[in-house]
Amino acid sequence: MRILGKGQIDRNRPISFRFDGKTYQGYQGDTVASALLANDVRLMGRSFKYHRPRGVLTAGSEEPNALLEVIGATNQTPNVRATMQEVFEGLNTQSQNRFPSLAFDALGVNDVFSRFLSAGFYYKTFMWPRAFWEKLYEPMIRRAAGLGRLSGKHDEGHYEKAYAFCDLLVIGSGPAGLAAALTAARAGADVILAEEDRELGGRLLADEPELDGAPARDWVATVEAELRGLPNVRVMTRTTVTGAYDNGTFGALERVGLHTPARADLPRECFWRIVAKRAVLAAGALERPIAFPMNDRPGIMMAGAVRSYLNRWGVTAGKRVTVFANNDGARQTARQLMAAGVEVAAILDSREDASAIEDCPVYLGARVTDTSGRLGLRAISGSHVGGDFQIETDCLAMSGGWNPTVHLTCHLNGRPRWNADIAAFVPSEGAVPGLSVAGAANGDFTTHGCLAAGQAAAIAALAEIGVTAAAVPLPRAEGVPYAIQPLWLVEGKGRAWLDFANDVTTKDVKLSAQEGFTSVEHMKRYTTQGMAPDQGKSSNVAALAVLADATGRGIPETGTTTYRPPFTPVSIASMGAGGRAEGFAPQRFTTSDQASRDRHAPMIEAGLWYRPSYFPKPGEKTWRESCDREVNMVRSAVGVSDVSTLGKIDIQGKDAARFLDLVYTNTFSTLPVSRVRYGLMLREDGLVLDDGTTARLGENHYLMTTTTAAAGLVMRHLDFIHQTHCADWDLRLISVTESWAQFAVAGPKARALLNAVLDAPLGDFPFMACGETQVGGVKGRLFRISFSGEEGYEVAVPSRYGESLFRDLVAKAEAMGGGPYGMEALNVLRIEKGFITHAEIHGRTTAFDIGMEKMVSAKKDCIGKAMAARPGMVGEEREQLVGLKLSQETKAFGGAHLFTQGEAVGREASQGYVTSVCWSPMFGAMLAMGFLKNGRARHGEKIRIVDHLRDLDLIAEVCDPVFHDPKGEKLRA
Amino acid sequence: MRYSGWKVITQGLLGNKGWTPAWRDPAPKAEYDAIIIGGGGHGLSTAYYLAKNHGLRNIAVLEKGYLGGGNVGRNTTIVRANYFLKGNSEFYSHSLKLWEGLEAELNYNVMHSQRGLINLFHSDGQRDAFARRGNMMINQGDDAILLDREGVREHLPYLDFEQTRFPIYGGLLHPRGGSARHDAVAWGYARGADRLGVDLIQNCEVTGIDVEGGKVVGVQTSRGAIKAKKVGIVVAGRSSQVAAMAGMRLPIESHILQAFVTEGLKPVIHHVVSFGMGHFYISQSDKGGLVFGGDLDFYASYAARGNLPMVEHVMEAGMTLMPMIGRAKVLRSWGGIMDMSPDGSPIIDKTHIDGLYLDCGWNYGGFKAVPASGWCMAHLMATDTPHEVARRFRLDRFRTGHLLDEEGTGSQHNLH
Amino acid sequence: MRLTCPLCGPRDRREFYYYGSEDYLQRPGPDAGPEAWDDHLHLRDNIAGEVRDLWYHETGCSQWLIVTRNTVTHEILSTELVADRKKKGVRA
Repeated sequence: MRILGKGQIDRNRPISFRFDGKTYQGYQGDTVASALLANDVRLMGRSFKYHRPRGVLTAGSEEPNALLEVIGATNQTPNVRATMQEVFEGLNTQSQNRFPSLAFDALGVNDVFSRFLSAGFYYKTFMWPRAFWEKLYEPMIRRAAGLGRLSGKHDEGHYEKAYAFCDLLVIGSGPAGLAAALTAARAGADVILAEEDRELGGRLLADEPELDGAPARDWVATVEAELRGLPNVRVMTRTTVTGAYDNGTFGALERVGLHTPARADLPRECFWRIVAKRAVLAAGALERPIAFPMNDRPGIMMAGAVRSYLNRWGVTAGKRVTVFANNDGARQTARQLMAAGVEVAAILDSREDASAIEDCPVYLGARVTDTSGRLGLRAISGSHVGGDFQIETDCLAMSGGWNPTVHLTCHLNGRPRWNADIAAFVPSEGAVPGLSVAGAANGDFTTHGCLAAGQAAAIAALAEIGVTAAAVPLPRAEGVPYAIQPLWLVEGKGRAWLDFANDVTTKDVKLSAQEGFTSVEHMKRYTTQGMAPDQGKSSNVAALAVLADATGRGIPETGTTTYRPPFTPVSIASMGAGGRAEGFAPQRFTTSDQASRDRHAPMIEAGLWYRPSYFPKPGEKTWRESCDREVNMVRSAVGVSDVSTLGKIDIQGKDAARFLDLVYTNTFSTLPVSRVRYGLMLREDGLVLDDGTTARLGENHYLMTTTTAAAGLVMRHLDFIHQTHCADWDLRLISVTESWAQFAVAGPKARALLNAVLDAPLGDFPFMACGETQVGGVKGRLFRISFSGEEGYEVAVPSRYGESLFRDLVAKAEAMGGGPYGMEALNVLRIEKGFITHAEIHGRTTAFDIGMEKMVSAKKDCIGKAMAARPGMVGEEREQLVGLKLSQETKAFGGAHLFTQGEAVGREASQGYVTSVCWSPMFGAMLAMGFLKNGRARHGEKIRIVDHLRDLDLIAEVCDPVFHDPKGEKLRA
Repeated sequence: MRYSGWKVITQGLLGNKGWTPAWRDPAPKAEYDAIIIGGGGHGLSTAYYLAKNHGLRNIAVLEKGYLGGGNVGRNTTIVRANYFLKGNSEFYSHSLKLWEGLEAELNYNVMHSQRGLINLFHSDGQRDAFARRGNMMINQGDDAILLDREGVREHLPYLDFEQTRFPIYGGLLHPRGGSARHDAVAWGYARGADRLGVDLIQNCEVTGIDVEGGKVVGVQTSRGAIKAKKVGIVVAGRSSQVAAMAGMRLPIESHILQAFVTEGLKPVIHHVVSFGMGHFYISQSDKGGLVFGGDLDFYASYAARGNLPMVEHVMEAGMTLMPMIGRAKVLRSWGGIMDMSPDGSPIIDKTHIDGLYLDCGWNYGGFKAVPASGWCMAHLMATDTPHEVARRFRLDRFRTGHLLDEEGTGSQHNLH
Repeated sequence: MRLTCPLCGPRDRREFYYYGSEDYLQRPGPDAGPEAWDDHLHLRDNIAGEVRDLWYHETGCSQWLIVTRNTVTHEILSTELVADRKKKGVRA
């Protein structure tokens, strides 16, 4: 019910929204929870396990009960707190975890059988018969469990991530946070003030104390105006600091567009990485319930929340309210309700010596012993020294005291300490380096104390980073000490809930102790206490108090579970913003990319690069037709292929040759200038890292080529060897991969094609030569190397000329019966020639395995040489590279295993496996490469190839992996 | 007390007053035949099988904190047997078979659910590598099915088949792969071991290992010295520290692995899905939370917590692969301490000290290994010879070069 | 997590590549024998506390750093360039 004259909603701006199909009216400034309460809707959800009717408990992000689905135009969002969702015109919400309706939920039957569903019951049953677990029991449990629903549709919403840096991050904008921010702001520090709510003020808004004799709201407005006017201050509302990380980094979630109808210019959420030199945690405190029998009915709420609804939204949560508390703070709820004209049925104070000055019945030493009302509270039973009593009431405002919001101080493994004065955990000092805690978050529950502590924290934090801040005048405020006498549970007949969200009762905690789950972590895991969406914010401390009692220990000895990030749940989409679709990893394009796409070449991923798979001609129906044609084209005429993705590392200096001798197994100091050599590179553990060619461009100038996949790896490796082992050598390394566009030109007509594009015809340029060249007046480089087995060249020009050179080469090649070829043909060509790729050098192969042990120079040390000599790395037991040949065409069988004919197929019998397979149009056969135990000694053997997955069982001939031109005559032609 | 549905009903009718402790809380004795250091999944299963398979009765498990408080209670609960190297293949195959009978064996519902694991691949090369793996799984006697893109779509229609950065070529389906309830595994073994007379001693930190004449004779603990004929170190995450007490330096570096769980949701992901290109894996728990993880934070650490770069990377991987999870909210994240070995495979072996045994180096694959690790470690401790399926998990294999490197990433500890 | 690169200043962890313990700096001679190499590449003190390990400023200046930090608290105590160490004449 709305109270005239109360609250800060804008009554001139009514807003319609829907809940469970019905339209309600709220006002600008309402949350769904406040607006539903204003419409006398108390039933907002169903509990997780027993499907009990539940209403809103709190007015903040810690809400355990009132979780809704927000239904958007294209998608829906589950588990939205009604207390945090602001209403806007057209907002559509519905309750969740109920069937068929919120008022009548079939699974409410669970509640009837609750005695059989005690903590951990599922570990003791559902075991027989075994097959029933997956077929019956588990599907049943899964359907019943869970809360809201994902739609199953892609989340097309817009999300962002951002970085921010500041001197001082102030977390929370209650009295402590505002005082801290104001102090730091006036000192000129770079300040970020992060507030979870849509408005600044914290409990100053909810409690409406007086500051300097005026409503606190006035002071909040003045400070906010000043802060927003300062260039060195960023005020971030609707922003929850969700996690503390190392070295001053904080995660924060800003709800940018969730309070309005979807807008194209606004992300839904933005996840911030805030790097702060210092931080002040002023996140306040959270009120905790009392576990009395049947304390979960809609209408039973936190006393502080009842005040919030009254003061912030002008809503009374009931027409006849009862207050039940163990501390003074809750008395404000009764007084403010009465002042607003709401009937207060009674105050039940568990303390016998508390005051009784309010103008309503006050029961001292009192307890609530039972409640009634199926879908909403109707009455309570109580008892006190004078006996038992009954009160008709539709709202019970309870308070078991306040827990400082210590969560962020635990994110770096800090453990809070118990403060018996306030019967609560408070942060340990220094738990997060650079973060200090002020105000209620530190256990200081007076407004005066919060203001002073916030200011002091800011001054001290800034002093540590060399900024002098002066005290600012703070308003006069109340300073009445907080008085509490712990009351965790009320014994009685009915169940008493601790964790509303996960339906954990005091009985569950006691049962866990009874069954030996006495450590707090065991209790948590056995009962699921604190593992629901509210993360036990309201309930953890009471639960461990009950556990402490059940195990005969004190609360400090019982300890507490760890709070882990995030403070409140954060959407995957916000923390994963930017990752959607292609955004997940950078995309690298060659200079010929567009030219290839123009020819309808399917582009495939090669690491981060995109390379053409094949270049289809009209009439070609399958990739194989194109591939076979391209292979034949290279073998008979000429082909052009972009090889720019290979890594290129420029190495210069007097010690460049010496360096290459160290990093390669073979020798490069003996390589003549203007010559290229194939090199093999090992990791220090002796296994092959990469291979490629390196050209000696000058006496002290080499250009190394790496494979596409290992380009970054090799660069890092070389930098490491350089800086760790020979930083004093005369040597410089730099990656020039993206500086050059490089094209392979291969085939019998390769020389003719080059002569058609180069400014001067090729003279004597033997196999493995390199040198400068000129194309259309542009200086380039030419290498005579081949990955196809044909006469081959690679021509390189600065990247900006790449596209035009590619188009030119292709056009001229076509005139000669040649053309471009893609990755598929490239793969066939290299298999025919027995060249290896990372399919073969997959990180488990040695130089010995690939038949290159002779390339490991005996005359010098090299990286990996020592470890390559380990007994397990050489010898007959190793699987060695072989070729495999089958005359009939089959499905590809990469990954098939090899077996000796006549032997049974099995794990130990496996003799090896296939790494690369192709159909060779030249040989009219399936050619493959693979590793075979003692394979080099088995050339000529017929071996059995078994591919269970593709249902193949074949016989192939083992042979040398070089099928085409084994003597290399074509290369040298 | 034997657990059953009937017991749950009768106890329910009696107000659940009759449930007895799942295990005793004994004081340490002066001497044991065998001591297991570490009350995690592996330590508890070792103790269980020592008692069950080898008839030892005078056994203690020493746990510095609470039972199951390490990685067995902090992981993404995936159970699979999809390795391709001899050595790993037979071991995990054995483990999976033990999982399949674990409820009956332990009289405890560990909620092992074979919902099927799908490893996605994104290129022809990856397909062949997964084919090699799948073929080995079948060679071993396990199950594997190679799915093409449409096959994956049938199982996982919610993936982004159109726009994702690394298009889905297909997947390797391991139908017997799945998940289990992690805590229940530790508790089930603990209860089973206790019933066989094993003393489970919590809050008992080992501070020294006593060796005389090259033979282990006992341990020093925060609760006094305890003599023992045999001692097993089963403390993954802290292996280096405990081994150092015996003068050993291990081939292990400790790293953080973070994992994440969302708020409860109605069933939406049925399988375990693994996305190699993004290093992302996900399943949905019976409670409804999406349980997922990614790669290590990559720096050596004992902090049991991580940092944002990997958090964000994991979320981004989720968003490119299955953007339908975008509106699920991460409820909790945590970090475990992983024993990273130089080839990504574990160690179950004797040490240079008589009677001292080592079970460590589980990298981040230890959960599914819990049954077989205990089985094989118990065999080793009882018979002084390695179990057939764990014989390749030798401590000296890095020196000799008999590596078990499934990833092929080499001796750098954090790359596995 | 943030590291201070001696050349580039304080930077986010994601600019760096972690390799491992500073043990990798002590490369044995080619004939040092299998134990020495095993020590170098595999065996680690793996301390829970203050360690020195190697990081590469991969998306920054390409320098390898020795970082002194605490593996329990993640406190960064100091950073220095590996290359400086060699140039100062420390034997690799």
